[in-house]
Amino acid sequence: MVAHGPQFRLLPRLGDDNAFFWTSGADGLLRFLRCNACGFLIHPPGPVCPRCLSRDLAPHAVSGRGRVETFSVNYQQWIPGSDPYIIAWVSIDEQPDVRLTTNLVDVEPDDVQVGMAVEVTFEHNDDVYIPLFRPLVGAGA
Amino acid sequence: MSPRPAGEPLERRAVISGIGQSDVGRRLGRSDLDLTVEAALAAVEDAGLRREDIDGLATYPGMGAGTPGFGGPATPDVQDALRLSLNWHDGGGEGPGQMRAVIAASLAVAAGLARHVLVYRTVTEGTAQGTGGRQGIGGSGGGGGGVPRFGGFMQWSLPYGAVSAANWIAMVGQRRFHEFGLTREQLGQIAINGRRNAALNPKAIYTDPMSMEDYLSARMITTPLCLFDCDAPCDGSTAVIVSHRDTAADLDHPAVHVNAVGTALRGRPSWDQFDDMTTMAARDAAASMWERTDLTPADVDTAQLYDGFSVLAIVWLEALGFCGRGESGPFIEGGGAIARDGVLPLNTAGGQLSGGRLHGFGLIHEACVQLRGEGGERQVRRAGGRMPEVAAVANGGGPIAGTMLLTRGVR
Repeated sequence: MVAHGPQFRLLPRLGDDNAFFWTSGADGLLRFLRCNACGFLIHPPGPVCPRCLSRDLAPHAVSGRGRVETFSVNYQQWIPGSDPYIIAWVSIDEQPDVRLTTNLVDVEPDDVQVGMAVEVTFEHNDDVYIPLFRPLVGAGA
Repeated sequence: MSPRPAGEPLERRAVISGIGQSDVGRRLGRSDLDLTVEAALAAVEDAGLRREDIDGLATYPGMGAGTPGFGGPATPDVQDALRLSLNWHDGGGEGPGQMRAVIAASLAVAAGLARHVLVYRTVTEGTAQGTGGRQGIGGSGGGGGGVPRFGGFMQWSLPYGAVSAANWIAMVGQRRFHEFGLTREQLGQIAINGRRNAALNPKAIYTDPMSMEDYLSARMITTPLCLFDCDAPCDGSTAVIVSHRDTAADLDHPAVHVNAVGTALRGRPSWDQFDDMTTMAARDAAASMWERTDLTPADVDTAQLYDGFSVLAIVWLEALGFCGRGESGPFIEGGGAIARDGVLPLNTAGGQLSGGRLHGFGLIHEACVQLRGEGGERQVRRAGGRMPEVAAVANGGGPIAGTMLLTRGVR
């Protein structure tokens, strides 16, 4: 069975620092806070670039492509009514030391492999757009 | 490198002079303060002290921290229950793992802030969780209105149903399957070893024999972790008395000396952003401990390594240098190396997987029992019948890690 996610999603509380991230998918793009001085992607968002200490930071759209670094198929009913779902850590192609915890969707659990190329897709839920990842079309594992 | 001063590390002035443990069980239905008092008074008596001698108090984490049954009583509650008069006190959940409280107490006696510190860790997670399923760290979600939203670090995992440390540590496990070829049969040896040792621990939660077939057929929680890879929530309190070593001569049992502590966190303090997904903070804490001692992994006679989840014990085996990076799978294959008569007797009271989730302090307690030669049927004896002299203890997993090297006598 193709996996989706938990039956019910607990949602983030939006504030000045994180609202851009969780609403970025409204136009289909994934964004990270980026340092305008040195180009470093900063995740989770913070007040300063941890590489060059510049405070000139702004959200920046990325390709939305990444790689599965590791994953787990969850069976425990932490969230009642959930079918097995895939939790993954996905690294971002533009800066692989940035990872997102996410769900892999549109894929059979048995077909998931570490190293697999994936792309972002968003699930609109209330006022947020949850970044999920699916296999990159046309890519080999 | 740890900025160790020239000469002796300060923590070496500390000894664990007494140990105590309450009744331990799945659901005792007793208050956390009641259990703590039982453990504390046992530890004070074991140290040959009177309640009036205790002038320091510390715990991890206390003050209502975490999910129900997790935090244990706050230090003011314990101080007041026992009417302690304190020169130093400390509690909290941030720092190098659960043993942050023991490390802080060691430094307090070394610095002359206190002479005898009562350190405790109490859990009532068994009773608090009742007959319901185990809770994730973020709490279990349900549908309907009024569901709270989450900020802080939990916002990055809860929306994805990654609500439990089991999920996060499963990621470490799967990465190890990928990078190092770890297998479920190898991982299972941690659980089976714990169960074998628990049979000789009268306070252990699970004592029925476990075969590899039992392990492999257990229901999956979050791949690659099955039910037996996850520890058993329980009720219980463990207490130790940390004293200045100048008092050790008065004891009627061998003093357990603190040789070195490991406290480093050099990578990012995060589950999903830590640079090495196969090790995390254990790598840093262990490295910083060895930087503070002339002892080596080959000197260690028994290891009591955090096994809140089986994967964490094998992470610690490598982090502490008992085998090479990525080699823990072959090291534990068949279970001989980590058995009581093996090269590295591991979790000799059953660990948390079978002994019960005393959250790090059960492991500290057992290291003391073994170094004092009081293990009874489960006592480790080294080649030639020698009693263990050096024990490594580790607490924590993911971005949380602390470790200590304990010795019988001064080393």
